[in-house]
Amino acid sequence: MFAVVSEPIDVAAIAREVRTDACGAVVTFAGVVRERSDDDRPVTGLSYEAHENMAAEEFERIAAEARERFGSCAISVVHRIGDLAVGDVSVAVAVAAPHRSAAFAACEYAIHELKRRAPIWKKEHYTRGDSEWKTNPDRANSP
Amino acid sequence: MKVRVLAFARVRELLGSAREVELPAGSTAAALWDELAKTCTGLPALAKSTRIARNGHVVNRAEILHEGDEIALLPPAGGG
Repeated sequence: MFAVVSEPIDVAAIAREVRTDACGAVVTFAGVVRERSDDDRPVTGLSYEAHENMAAEEFERIAAEARERFGSCAISVVHRIGDLAVGDVSVAVAVAAPHRSAAFAACEYAIHELKRRAPIWKKEHYTRGDSEWKTNPDRANSP
Repeated sequence: MKVRVLAFARVRELLGSAREVELPAGSTAAALWDELAKTCTGLPALAKSTRIARNGHVVNRAEILHEGDEIALLPPAGGG
């Protein structure tokens, strides 16, 4: 499953979906909204937006690359958009593979490349009422 | 010709999320950007960091646009 969704993400459901009897390892990653920004300001929440079709296609490309590199059996990537509160899951990656090393490696690859390449944006909202668009430091289109 | 422009994040805050733009036939992505910048003073500052996608694929500024294209303006990403 490769999707951009507006509803809360059910990480366990995504993990169940990738598992098959051929796989001895299921690794999941959940990105969660933190209560403090990188520069230690208190955060009330994040707003995400995406080019939904381009993002889902990018997830699919990233998963194909991960399968080519690590031979994993199945990968799902789901990203949430809209207004999220501290503690909400913003993104989930689930990988099922015959063995754990490939599952860990593919999961790490997928979230790393998603942050670098996917057309998704987030605005951080602070307790003082101000807000800021945040960009990922190793994004592919760094100026 | 008309193209549909989608904007995101900082660029959306300047332009709105979607609009139709009328351009001379054969216009490039650069010409579209210049047309948008005419009425949006904040836009030129974002020129270098904004990528342009035509129908879901990132293109360079010399790309020729066509009637009915979906043009997405993509500032630096911040997903995850």
